[in-house]
Amino acid sequence: MGLLDKFRKGLEKSREAVWGRLAQAFSRQRLDDTVFDEMEEALLAADVGVETSVWLVEQVRKKAREQRIATPEELPALLQQAMEEALAGMDVTMRTAAAGPSLYLVVGVNGVGKTTTIGKLGHRLVQRGARVIFAAGDTFRAAAIEQLQAWGKRAGCDVVHHSQGADPAAVVYDAIAAAKARRADYILCDTAGRLHNKAHLMAELSKIHKVVSRELPGAPHEVLLVLDGTTGQNAMLQTKAFKEVVQVTGIAVTKLDSTAKGGVILPIVREFRVPVKWVGLGEGIDDLEPFDPSSFAHALCRS
Amino acid sequence: MLEGLANSLQRALAKLKAKGKLTEEDVQEAMREVRLALLAADVNVKVVKDFVERVRARAIGQEVQQSLTPGQQVVKIVYEELTELMGGSQTRLRMAPHPPTVVMMVGLQGSGKTTTTAKLALSFRRHQHRPLMVAADVYRPAAIRQLEVLGRQIDVPVFSLGEGEDPVRIAEAGVAEARRMGADVVLIDTAGRTHVDEALMQELERMQAQVHPDEVLLVVDAMMGQDAVHVAEAFHTRLGVTGVVLTKLDSDTRGGAALTIRAVTGCPIKFVGMGEKIEPLEAFHPDRLASRILGMGDVLSLIERA
Ligand SMILES: Nc1nc2c(ncn2[C@@H]2O[C@H](COP(=O)(O)OP(=O)(O)OP(=O)(O)O)[C@@H](O)[C@H]2O)c(=O)[nH]1
Ligand SMILES: Nc1nc2c(ncn2[C@@H]2O[C@H](COP(=O)(O)OP(=O)(O)OP(=O)(O)O)[C@@H](O)[C@H]2O)c(=O)[nH]1
Ligand SMILES: [Mg+2]
Ligand SMILES: [Mg+2]
Repeated sequence: MGLLDKFRKGLEKSREAVWGRLAQAFSRQRLDDTVFDEMEEALLAADVGVETSVWLVEQVRKKAREQRIATPEELPALLQQAMEEALAGMDVTMRTAAAGPSLYLVVGVNGVGKTTTIGKLGHRLVQRGARVIFAAGDTFRAAAIEQLQAWGKRAGCDVVHHSQGADPAAVVYDAIAAAKARRADYILCDTAGRLHNKAHLMAELSKIHKVVSRELPGAPHEVLLVLDGTTGQNAMLQTKAFKEVVQVTGIAVTKLDSTAKGGVILPIVREFRVPVKWVGLGEGIDDLEPFDPSSFAHALCRS
Repeated sequence: MLEGLANSLQRALAKLKAKGKLTEEDVQEAMREVRLALLAADVNVKVVKDFVERVRARAIGQEVQQSLTPGQQVVKIVYEELTELMGGSQTRLRMAPHPPTVVMMVGLQGSGKTTTTAKLALSFRRHQHRPLMVAADVYRPAAIRQLEVLGRQIDVPVFSLGEGEDPVRIAEAGVAEARRMGADVVLIDTAGRTHVDEALMQELERMQAQVHPDEVLLVVDAMMGQDAVHVAEAFHTRLGVTGVVLTKLDSDTRGGAALTIRAVTGCPIKFVGMGEKIEPLEAFHPDRLASRILGMGDVLSLIERA
């Protein structure tokens, strides 16, 4: 048997969901170290990361000791509680301008779901009676403008755009002017996907940010960082870099309709104190929900 | 955080001084740090467990090279195992004995399928092939347009039937069109889908049954986390993936998902994507990724000189 075959055979045992194993641990008779080890492993398997997994398990241990808990069945509740505490105290509402249009800048690495999230968010705002303008600030990717236009049509939002290759800051400038002229309530700015480790692309984003704050007092009212829920520990580096360059005010986590748990937001919120405001649960126009820490924690601990 | 792990590893390794053979203790200590490095790199937790266990067993009792400390020796073994695990077998594309060669591009949403399709088409064109790209994503807004724009950019024809047609039909008609026009490679760009979307997974199965692809390439974002294990397993079980393309490796990810996928499917990683620009795809180098996953560049360069 080759190296790889042996390896795969070993893996076969892991077929059942990790959380299934956790449930198994919770149903053990005695509360011993194995239970806590399994809990840590389940957290790692949900992308929570080493530091925060260890920390969460420690919180649960402490709580169990304090409350003199002797059987594992009570642990999921404690774990959920620890997670909710870690996510607590964050303002998840979207800020708006006192007068005039509110501008939201949407940023993130390639393919995470920025344009789609703008489409869904626009739809939500329109449904509540708002007038919304999309700014096609991705002038780089092939057919990015057409994609945003398609979403504009679906959601009932105007799209301000230039052609491919144009200066994105100029597009945003025009969108602000259009919003003022048309008395729009919101401007949602799409931007090209960019890797956080590429200095020139981050500098371009910083320039867009500057134009926005110069042209519209108080703007951007939100800088939404979109994170792909299937991303691993790299999401930490993404958050750090975007926060430094454009002062991220909120996070949208997409693609949580897959089997990924998006557990990486736990270390992100713990370390960077940026609130998660939205979750993406599919490709449809209605598949955007406000983030709810307790249902998120519940999904992580019980399913 | 990554720095922290690298430093603690260095410390752990420094403690181990040169001796004749690796003892259980030497190995145990170094493997603890290796485990953390692999987890920080997003290698699936179960894969890490199995890997660490096997390497640990292999390492105990091995001779320590004169120029290395026991800790470095363990890392050397880990590095070699990682490289071997990710390498092996042929990494060229399988060409059909009677053209056209049909390639299906599949994967999660936003992983880089359309971009990679264009990059692959460009690679073929540069090698005197006549590729045809088929736009079989009728779901994502402007997906067809995206492929058309890229096709024009690299001077490769694009076949489409618009958004109102069944993707399976489009793929079939695309292959027929390739025959008609004498294209020898057909690259089918499919819509992104989650592996738990039953209807869309069945669509891929039907497409495969109709066009009999020579290659089914799973396109995976190198920044992917722990869930790579489920994604790879699902796509592989249903379609028999023949190769993996690892995209966005120009990021600063450690790329541990690649190890997970390789371990789960056994499929070779055939290419890597290193940017948004449409340039020919780059070949995959197992040793480079192994060193990246371990994140122990200085130790490894030391080992290489030894
Ligand atoms: N399943 C699922 N797919 C999503 C979700 N959000 C976005 N997508 C899909 O992910 C893919 C990429 O989405 P986009 O909105 O184009 O992402 P982007 O960040 O704008 O991409 P770039 O502009 O290329 O950087 C598309 O196929 C979307 O339909 C989600 O919540 N769930
Ligand atoms: N930096 C970088 N970006 C990439 C790479 N490959 C693709 N991208 C970008 O990732 C984003 C998504 O790429 P697409 O090719 O549209 O992905 P897809 O899998 O076809 O997406 P869907 O059709 O929506 O599922 C785009 O912004 C691409 O430019 C890569 O290797 N490096
Ligand atoms: Mg976009
Ligand atoms: Mg695509």
